[in-house]
Amino acid sequence: MRGGLFQQIDRGARHLFPFAFSTLLVLLGVLPLPIPGYGIMAPAFGVMAVYYWAIHRPDLMPAVAVFALGLLQDVLTGGPTGVNALVLLLVYGVMRNQRRPFLGKPFPVMWIGFVIVAPCALAVQWLVASVALDRLIPPASAGPELLLTIALYPCVTWLFVTGQRAFLREP
Amino acid sequence: MKPRDGSIMRYAAPLKAAAQRFAFLLLIGTTVGLIMLGKADTIVVDQLRTTVTDAFAPVLAALAQPIATVNRAILDVHSLLNLRAENARLRAENARLLQWEQVARELAAQNQALGAQLHFVPHDDVRSVTGRIIADSGGSFVRSLLLDIGARDGVARGQAAVAGDGLIGRVAEVGDISSRVLLITDLNSRIPVMIESTRDHAILAGDNSDQPKLMYLPPNLALKPGERIVTSGDGGAFPPGLPVGVVSAVSENAVRVTPFADWSRLEFVRIIDYGLKGILDPIDPPPTPVRAKRPTKS
Repeated sequence: MRGGLFQQIDRGARHLFPFAFSTLLVLLGVLPLPIPGYGIMAPAFGVMAVYYWAIHRPDLMPAVAVFALGLLQDVLTGGPTGVNALVLLLVYGVMRNQRRPFLGKPFPVMWIGFVIVAPCALAVQWLVASVALDRLIPPASAGPELLLTIALYPCVTWLFVTGQRAFLREP
Repeated sequence: MKPRDGSIMRYAAPLKAAAQRFAFLLLIGTTVGLIMLGKADTIVVDQLRTTVTDAFAPVLAALAQPIATVNRAILDVHSLLNLRAENARLRAENARLLQWEQVARELAAQNQALGAQLHFVPHDDVRSVTGRIIADSGGSFVRSLLLDIGARDGVARGQAAVAGDGLIGRVAEVGDISSRVLLITDLNSRIPVMIESTRDHAILAGDNSDQPKLMYLPPNLALKPGERIVTSGDGGAFPPGLPVGVVSAVSENAVRVTPFADWSRLEFVRIIDYGLKGILDPIDPPPTPVRAKRPTKS
């Protein structure tokens, strides 16, 4: 089952899928899409990715990878360094410990879980960012961002599931 | 994978779990440390940011290219549909501008004559570099843009960023091949401005809304909506007279300004080097006067 060198490389590359695809999503979150207001209310793709993989394949999304994703998001969005990294790590920690109730459950259960997790994540993000910037950030655009994040979660999950089936089906 | 040796696995599993927990807590600690360091404006954090941004700038530029192409195609179709109306509008505008050109020529001649009489030394060392926007802020806390030009092209902290009709912000972070522009709408943005007609100075302060507000206005100033706001050049960061926006709302507690820039259509940004040391210099290593290697596109 371990196979030759080629098979090991192949497996390693497949195992990179969760992290690589999550990185791509984080990049998508900062791209200048020609949608009015997108820059302000871009959905929290990082939270979606960490939520999904912490439940389904935490072995392929270690804490270091989550940290890297968060830091990348911090740097590319121009926000205070460490805020998103902390938020994503917290989501990861909670979901990794609470994954059992979600494993093998139909999609609506996952979504309900996300509807609870996402607002908490954004609230913590707002709080930590306010502390980091030393002033209360007006939370005006957090509402649209949250709605968009929750609304897009099914689409992104579909991509994750499709990818997981294509790349990570263990023989 | 099947456990090959039961006794090793018995110790290895809890040990692995403990190591994972330790790594997790260590990472949480690191993030908190980073937030603290970032608050203190440390050079290390600045360097980390610019290094990561530089590394990802080519990827973002490659991803932004097709988006820009599609966007341009949509705009093309749109402008084709509005060709007649647009043409009529441009004709009218052209007629108006020809009159203004006449006025400008007269004023330029007059200005030159007066300047010569006063031995006025004009500051004409203004240079500009144009960059493409490769990333938006993508979050609700900051208003900034990432450009695909950096120190290599002569960009330095504190320089003014202009798009189309007016000032959009100033350069806040500079990497080798990328730079970040803090928009005038950002919470941390403070731009010295003046009212064009009266020359009264004020500070334009962003608050993450689309319309930044004017602060420290002279008392008893009767401002009316529609007044043009331009940069004052105070602090030496920007050239004076760059158009910023118009006063859109005057109320008891705030005077709001609508920027000239059309945020939804931004694609390229011009960085203006006025050849002055801005107010943001101290954090940076001493700036070396680099000439742009790329030709100036505008």
